[in-house]
Amino acid sequence: MALGAGAGDAEAYAASDTGREVRVHGGRVESLTAATQRGVGVRAWIGKRAGYAYGTDLSAGGLSALAERAVANARVADEDEFAGPPDSGQDSVAAPALSDPSVAEWPADRLVELALAVERSALETDPLVVAVEQAVYADSAERVAIASSRGIAGEYESSSCHAYLQALAEGEGGKETGLGFGLARGPAALDPAAIGREGGERAASMVGAGKPKSHSCPVVLDATVAASFVSLLGSSLVATAVQRGRSPFAASLGEEIGAAALSVHDDGLDPAGFGSSPFDGEGTPRRRTAVIEAGRLLTFLYDTYTARRGEVASTASAGRGGYRSQPSVSPSNLIVAPGALGFEGLLAEAGDGVYVTDVAGLHSGVNPVSGVFSVGAAGRMIRDGALAEPVREFTIAGDLVSTLKGIRAVGAEARWVPFGGSVQTPPLLIGEMAVSGS
Amino acid sequence: MSGLLDPEVAERVLVRALAAGGEFAEVFAERRGGLTMSIDESRVESVQAGDEEGAGVRVISDGTAYFAHVDGLDPADLERAAAEAASALRGERREHRPLQATASTPQPIERRPEDVPAERKAALLRDLNERGRGAGGEIAQLTASYAEARRQIAVANSEGLLTADDRTRTRIGVQAVARRGDAVETGAETLGGHRGFELFDGDPGAIAEQAARKALTLLDASPAPSGSMPVVVAGGFGGVLFHEMTGHGLEADHIQKDASVYTGKLGERVARPLLNAYDDGRMPNEWGSDSVDDEGAPTQKTQVIEEGRLTSFLYDRLCAGRDDVASTGNGRRESFRHLPIPRMTNTYIAPGDATPEELIAEVKRGFYAASFAGGQVEPATGDFVFGVSEGYLIEDGRVTRPCRGATLVGNCLDALAAIDALGNDFEMKTGICGKGGQRVPVGTGQGHVRIAAMTVGGTET
Repeated sequence: MALGAGAGDAEAYAASDTGREVRVHGGRVESLTAATQRGVGVRAWIGKRAGYAYGTDLSAGGLSALAERAVANARVADEDEFAGPPDSGQDSVAAPALSDPSVAEWPADRLVELALAVERSALETDPLVVAVEQAVYADSAERVAIASSRGIAGEYESSSCHAYLQALAEGEGGKETGLGFGLARGPAALDPAAIGREGGERAASMVGAGKPKSHSCPVVLDATVAASFVSLLGSSLVATAVQRGRSPFAASLGEEIGAAALSVHDDGLDPAGFGSSPFDGEGTPRRRTAVIEAGRLLTFLYDTYTARRGEVASTASAGRGGYRSQPSVSPSNLIVAPGALGFEGLLAEAGDGVYVTDVAGLHSGVNPVSGVFSVGAAGRMIRDGALAEPVREFTIAGDLVSTLKGIRAVGAEARWVPFGGSVQTPPLLIGEMAVSGS
Repeated sequence: MSGLLDPEVAERVLVRALAAGGEFAEVFAERRGGLTMSIDESRVESVQAGDEEGAGVRVISDGTAYFAHVDGLDPADLERAAAEAASALRGERREHRPLQATASTPQPIERRPEDVPAERKAALLRDLNERGRGAGGEIAQLTASYAEARRQIAVANSEGLLTADDRTRTRIGVQAVARRGDAVETGAETLGGHRGFELFDGDPGAIAEQAARKALTLLDASPAPSGSMPVVVAGGFGGVLFHEMTGHGLEADHIQKDASVYTGKLGERVARPLLNAYDDGRMPNEWGSDSVDDEGAPTQKTQVIEEGRLTSFLYDRLCAGRDDVASTGNGRRESFRHLPIPRMTNTYIAPGDATPEELIAEVKRGFYAASFAGGQVEPATGDFVFGVSEGYLIEDGRVTRPCRGATLVGNCLDALAAIDALGNDFEMKTGICGKGGQRVPVGTGQGHVRIAAMTVGGTET
């Protein structure tokens, strides 16, 4: 239809999704949601101009109007010599198993029981845990299909679910919160007791927190916080940021940008990764790409447009937030290679410092172009190689470049973290960071 | 009504929703559409349009919300959603009250953005690009974006309410990058409103120059100081400070779960007597304004702090019912795919008597936050954090050198009580606020505000 409306090339991306969500509080169900959605997004190219349109009207008339809008939008855009659709002909890969039947099979009352079990587990963790603000279970089963005028065609199904809670602990000095979470392909693989316990323990461990003194010291980032920084690193390594002069690593290809302890892969095929799929958002088969090896930057991440512009091959990094958004370069799953030191070993290596378990304000406290950051933090003091009193209401600050070079050790126990992208990372020990408190 | 929700169809859907019990049922229908485009490397690109229709049906039974949403507005789609929402209920059929249509008065739109040719919008972006790049030779990059969005909504519920709203929001944003040797700094500025294309009748290009000026100023910046000191926050987007440190904590869902530091503080003094603050969803053509909220309740002006005392929380329908009060018109949702929850609209601190210069003149050594990149709060503990995008030192009562990389952290109750002076200037700015996975447009506002002591987290060693 887009070709009929005047496009030289066109691509259609269709997705449908069913999902459920349960929110519980105080042993009762707050809400139970059943969701269905489906839609189509069309990219159209007229010569070197590209346009996009999406919609939910899948009737013949609706799709034809959609195609016409995509073409009309292409006419508004300026010419870009690198614009154009991906060519087909790339070998498809053996797709990892991304669906778990328990997503479809578990009835709503079993999901409610799971969410309630998360809440109960948190409350039983510690007498200091007084409540759970909310415990949530959510899942989604998705079908995706793509087709283009260049012969790209593919489809896949995937499922995912997660549960999380925010526990509240109370003691001298007021309330503290603790987050616990778990994710899996289906509810059968979630461990509600462990999820609840994590939230409860985190909240209870923060009771009585004070402000640390301002100083520079070694900092251990727990896996959830480390993942936030790895995500930030990932967004600096996408070719869009690099080619448009908005990455602190734009001129660092082939150079050492991190300590030798740091190796990072982008792996769009890892069966456990929630960014996995057989092909990326424009139909290019996913792959595993070594991005940083022993501190050395080996490649940036590319989609078709940035690869053409950079005269390299796509790393199949066209991400897509559903049919409502056109593809843009983003990591699939970023995986930090684990090191040798267990958690106790990291603390011992740190000696005296701060263990950071939570950061806030990453969106507002980071300059993505320079990599300079200052973010709110909470955690525990480390004294003589062991965890000591809780601390909060302070900031950690630095810049991404010196933070990566300052990694003194990578922990052994890696964990998947789904916030702001899909990352698997162990805790990280940074040799020195600026801590601002009282 | 707008044609989105035929009263007879709405009646049938409500009957279906209450077929297995429930005290309350509601159908929310929506048609949403928009156009976005951007300019980067002096090229107009990413021209994108979208059109979606769908509905969400909610049944409330014994305090639990059963919710289902579908894409599409065919009567069959709506009835399917109603049946799905009711499927977990096992009670006796309930009756709804006959629907009575209530007219609402949408915010006036002079020039519908969808009637303006897309080329005109591309020309606006090119103008922003040229104005920003023209501000200085050290401007290395500039991106600008244009967005228009229209949401037509209709709500019917089992208490007989049937109403609708038609909302059009338009916004542009500019981000400039300045470079000098190894130093790289960014500056951003936005202009938006619950308005049509008339938003750009003045001099929209001025925001490109402001964004560029911020980035250029920061090239001369040194690392921000660290430690506790007096902080003066500028007007406009400085209002995000009050939004985070008080507004969220006043949303009734947090209060009722005892997960807000303001729980139990109604009627108590939480600030010095100079402070008056409001949430006002009726401000004409402001970014966070609507005619009715997403449950069909009229929006209103709610005074939340009066002379330092806490006077009201912010309610949606469900939370209002629990406290036996009326909704304050703060039940908002991102789309038909979301449940309504208590949200701010336009939140602001009313201006005071002092000139901004007077506020600053009384500070021996402190920090001046001219604008923020954003902020975040944990309502249960009250801990908040703000990223300062443009900051300066205050030395001997004067704003002196620019600082980069500063963050403000603190605790809500302490910081609110520490506000000790208010400027007589006032400005509203646009923001996008996230909560519970839902993003809604909010206005933030204030004049200059001084906080006696706050922790500044910088990189200066």
